[in-house]
Parts: sequence; structure tokens; C-alpha cells
Amino acid sequence: MSPLYQLKGITKQYGARTVLAVSQLVIDEGETVALIGPSGAGKSTLLRLLCLLEAPTTGAICYAGRPVMATQRHTVPHEITLVFQRPLLLDTTVRANVAYGLRLRKRRDDQRIEALLDLLGLRELAHARATTLSGGEMQRVALARALLIQPRVLLLDEPTANLDPYNVALMEQAIKALQNEGSTIIVATHNLHQARRLTQRAIFLWQGQLIEEGPTEQMLHEARDARTRAFVSGELIY
Amino acid sequence: MSDLLEGLGAAWVLLISGDRELWAIIGLSLWVSGAALAISTVVGVPLGAWLGLRSFHGRELVATVIYTGMGLPPVVVGLFVYLLLSRSGVFGQLGWLFTPRAMVVAQTVISLPLIVGLTITAVEGVGVALRDQLRALGATAGQIARAVLWEARSGMIVALVAGFGSIISEVGAVMLVGGNIEGSTRVLTTAIVLETRKGAFNQALALAFVLLGLTFALNAIALHLQGRLMRRGT
Repeated sequence: MSPLYQLKGITKQYGARTVLAVSQLVIDEGETVALIGPSGAGKSTLLRLLCLLEAPTTGAICYAGRPVMATQRHTVPHEITLVFQRPLLLDTTVRANVAYGLRLRKRRDDQRIEALLDLLGLRELAHARATTLSGGEMQRVALARALLIQPRVLLLDEPTANLDPYNVALMEQAIKALQNEGSTIIVATHNLHQARRLTQRAIFLWQGQLIEEGPTEQMLHEARDARTRAFVSGELIY
Repeated sequence: MSDLLEGLGAAWVLLISGDRELWAIIGLSLWVSGAALAISTVVGVPLGAWLGLRSFHGRELVATVIYTGMGLPPVVVGLFVYLLLSRSGVFGQLGWLFTPRAMVVAQTVISLPLIVGLTITAVEGVGVALRDQLRALGATAGQIARAVLWEARSGMIVALVAGFGSIISEVGAVMLVGGNIEGSTRVLTTAIVLETRKGAFNQALALAFVLLGLTFALNAIALHLQGRLMRRGT
């Protein structure tokens, strides 16, 4: 596998506060990686940097072999997408929301839309107004919209937080389908069981720093760092 | 109470009798306020959207000026426009004073800040998070602006309704710059003032009910349109 992302000496500051400091991180093409850590650890910030929504304050991000400079006005490359923790949908039908990403690319793929509506259990809701759906249904629409564009990189920020087991199962099934297509998937999650089910590698962040990385299974059972062990065992750390 | 009922009856009689003067006044009221609204919309909606979407140094000051403009007393606007269009004024050579054009200018000045300010609020109400999500889906700045404007459509219709409401019902500015000249610059509000001063309360009430009915009908159309737009997809 070739490196898709290479991060060196990354920091991200908001005002005087440093929210992320990662000295080095490499993510390979086709990997599925879990970002784990307590709230405020820097997971969402790292996802925003990987999506090129924001530029790091210092350091360099190399994507697909090219250094990238993300700015507020930069258009995110069409092959990367991010699904936010809170589903953000347009005030239109479910189907139009799902199709939105492809529409931006001036493409249509009705067959794939139908397949995704089926995969995520949205067939019956296709013509419903998206903003009237339940949280779980909305999150499934947001995921379907991201999957439709067949991204090279799918970034997921707590995709199943606060969802019931039925919605979690549907979401994970769809994520695995994209995984099988060879996409790189990076998922920030509090749910360690989900990290184990979906990913091969995990990265533990704490207070904005990358503390430990390694195979997911190993990190959950034989973490090297005491802070990782404390988090995995359910102890609160600040 | 009986005066009001008599006025309502007189309004009905005036309307169905096809009173030429009344219909000319209604026509001019709609023309002046419609033209002012059209200009304010063409200028104000893009300006408000731009201000709502962009952040730049001094934006807060610009927004404060606009929000201040939303509360401009029409009579003050009328005074400024009067001075600008009077013979010795900067635009005196245009010869617009005491013409419908001067009334359109004054009403544009009144409605423009309202439409810009409420459009800013509507666009800002869509939220930065949705814009980030659209960017993350690969949307360009133009595509984001289009989607945000669509999401803000309800608030933008409110902006137009408020803008129209502020000018169809104002009297201070049109009285000053139009002069309430019969057959030339007399509109519903100035006609109501005139009839009241003459003591012709039935006539004044009739005109008032016509104005209220007109405003009600136009707002009903706007709200119907708003409902249809809200039901439509992007």
C-alpha cells in the first residue's frame, strides 16, 4: 500500500489555544483507520485537516504524493468527503439530498442512488422531506450522499453517535461496502466496539496529541501507553 | 364602530363603482412601491447575501450601518431626498422633485436597508456548519452560495414582504418629495392624510380599507409563494 496522507509537524491553533499537535502520521491508500480518544482530543480537528477544509497552523500535509495548502476558500478535492457528527441536510427530499454530491459534479447515476437507498433502508423515505426525519434516518441520508460520490477518502466524524443498534448496523454495513471498493476510510469514534468491527488500525489522540497508533485489536487489549489503557478501560482522563 | 362600518361600505362602493380617481391612486401606489421594491430587491438581495456569506475587515461596521438604516424614519428619508432633488441640490438638474420618480427614490432608500439587513440575517441563519458540509462534498463557493440562498428562501421572502410593507404604508417620504399632487403624485397614504384633514372621514376610511385590503392580498400572495417554495426541492 502506498501512503495517501503524510503529515509532518502539524499543529492547529485557534487563537492562543493549540488543539492539535501531531509530529508525524502516515495513512495508506485503502486503509480503514479509527481515531479514538475522549471529547476534545482533537479528532474532529484532524478530520477537518484531512478533508482539507482547514489549513494547519504549522506543518505540512502531503496528499496523494503532493503537498496541499488548504485555505478557507479552497475547494475540497472531489475525491475526499467528510460526514459530520450532526447530519447536515438540505431542506429538500431525501433523494435530492443523496444525489446532491453527484449533482455538484454534473453527473447522474440513478442506479447507484437506488442501490444506496436500499442499502441504507431509505427506499420508503426517498420522497420525504429530509429535514423532517429522525436523527438516525438523517445520518443515513448523510452517509448515502457521501457514498454516492464513491470517494477515494471517506472521513466520518462520530457517524453513529446516539444512534440505535438498527441504525448503527445499517451504517456499518454501508461503510463496509465502500471499504470493499477500496476507499480509504477514517472514522472518529467513541465506540471501541465499532472501531474493532470496522478498522484494522487505530490512532489514539489525547489533548490534541497523537499518543499511540497500531493495530486496533492490539490497542484495545495491549495498549503500550498508560493513557490509552486508561481510556480503553473506561477510566475518564482529562 | 359605525364609522368604521360606514367606511368599509364606502370602500366597497368606491371600488365597484370604478371610481377613476381611486383606481389611479391605487395604480400609482402600486407602481411607486412596486418599482422601489424591485430596485431594492435587485440591489439588496445580492448585497445581503454577499454580506451574509463573507467575512472581511469592517463587516461589522457595514452591518451596523445597514441595521441602523432599517429604522430610518420615512420623513427623515423624505427630507434628505427632498434636499438632494431640490433645485439647489446635488441632483436638482434631474427635475425629479414632485414626480413619481422622486417617490420611488425615497421608497427605495427606505426599503433597501430592510431587504439587505433581513437577507443578511436569513443567510447567516443557515449556519456555517452546513456550508462546511457542502464544501466537504466538493461544492465551489458559487455552488455553496446558491444552496445557502435556497435554504434561506423563507427568510428572504420575509425580507421582501417587510420591505414592501414598509413603503406601501409610509406617508412621510412620499408626501415630502411627491407633494400629493392630484392626478400626478397622489398615492393611497397621502390621499388618506388629505381626506382626514378635510374632515371627509368616510372617504379617508374607505381609502384606508382599500390600502389594508391591498396589503393583505399582496401578503397572502407572498405567503402562498413562500409555502410553495418551502415545499419544493432544490
